[in-house]
Amino acid sequence: MTFYVLAGIILVSAILVVTLRNVFHCALGLTVSLLSLAGLYFELGAPFVGILQVLIYVGAIMVLIIFAIMLTQRISDQMQRASNHQLLPSFLFIILFILFAGSAIKQQSFLQNPIRAFDPILDIGQELMTTYILPFEIVSLILLAVMVGVIVMARRD
Amino acid sequence: MEYLFLSFALFGIGFFGVLTRRNAIAALMAIELMLNAVNLNFVYFSRNLSEVDGQIFALFIMVMAAAEVTVGLAIIINIYRQFKEIKIEDISWLKW
Repeated sequence: MTFYVLAGIILVSAILVVTLRNVFHCALGLTVSLLSLAGLYFELGAPFVGILQVLIYVGAIMVLIIFAIMLTQRISDQMQRASNHQLLPSFLFIILFILFAGSAIKQQSFLQNPIRAFDPILDIGQELMTTYILPFEIVSLILLAVMVGVIVMARRD
Repeated sequence: MEYLFLSFALFGIGFFGVLTRRNAIAALMAIELMLNAVNLNFVYFSRNLSEVDGQIFALFIMVMAAAEVTVGLAIIINIYRQFKEIKIEDISWLKW
């Protein structure tokens, strides 16, 4: 029941993101979609991922996108079309793509796996420090590089 | 199982947005939709297989998405300073 309510909210706001004319309304639709997706992560037994989804996606990325919209939009842009002339071919392609890729989940042998409860936060901490220590360190280097690069790119000189 | 259908539908909607939107920031937002669909897939299989590796992968994807959006928006702001336009079809000056 919770899944269907959240899934409905996610799909409706995702469709709003790709069809609305005013790009700020699209940003709001994406925020609602990401918040509902965080709720779905809690439903799936991933509380840490859900909390980080709210913090990182909604709290940082969406704020950044809204700042960029504020800096790059003019008021007169709202009367133009939102989609280019690829509307109908890409819609047909997406329908075919979903049908084709969705047939990959027809074999349902993965549904017989026993779902045992585990403590995800403890396991995430342990795995990050033992098995995934290399991506963990590399991600910090990547973030440093991104920060320096963005500051160099976006300053006025 | 229904989570997989939702993940596919979200991915398709995001893909449609990347192909059709004229505004570059709207195309970036559709890319975020696709990344979140993949995240949902990873978290669902992490629960299905009762292992935590899917959630760790989802965390790494989240961090990389944040980095990518930052760089993309810096590029878009530079393009706006240069051309005063961020419609994708108007900033194709590299091809004559």
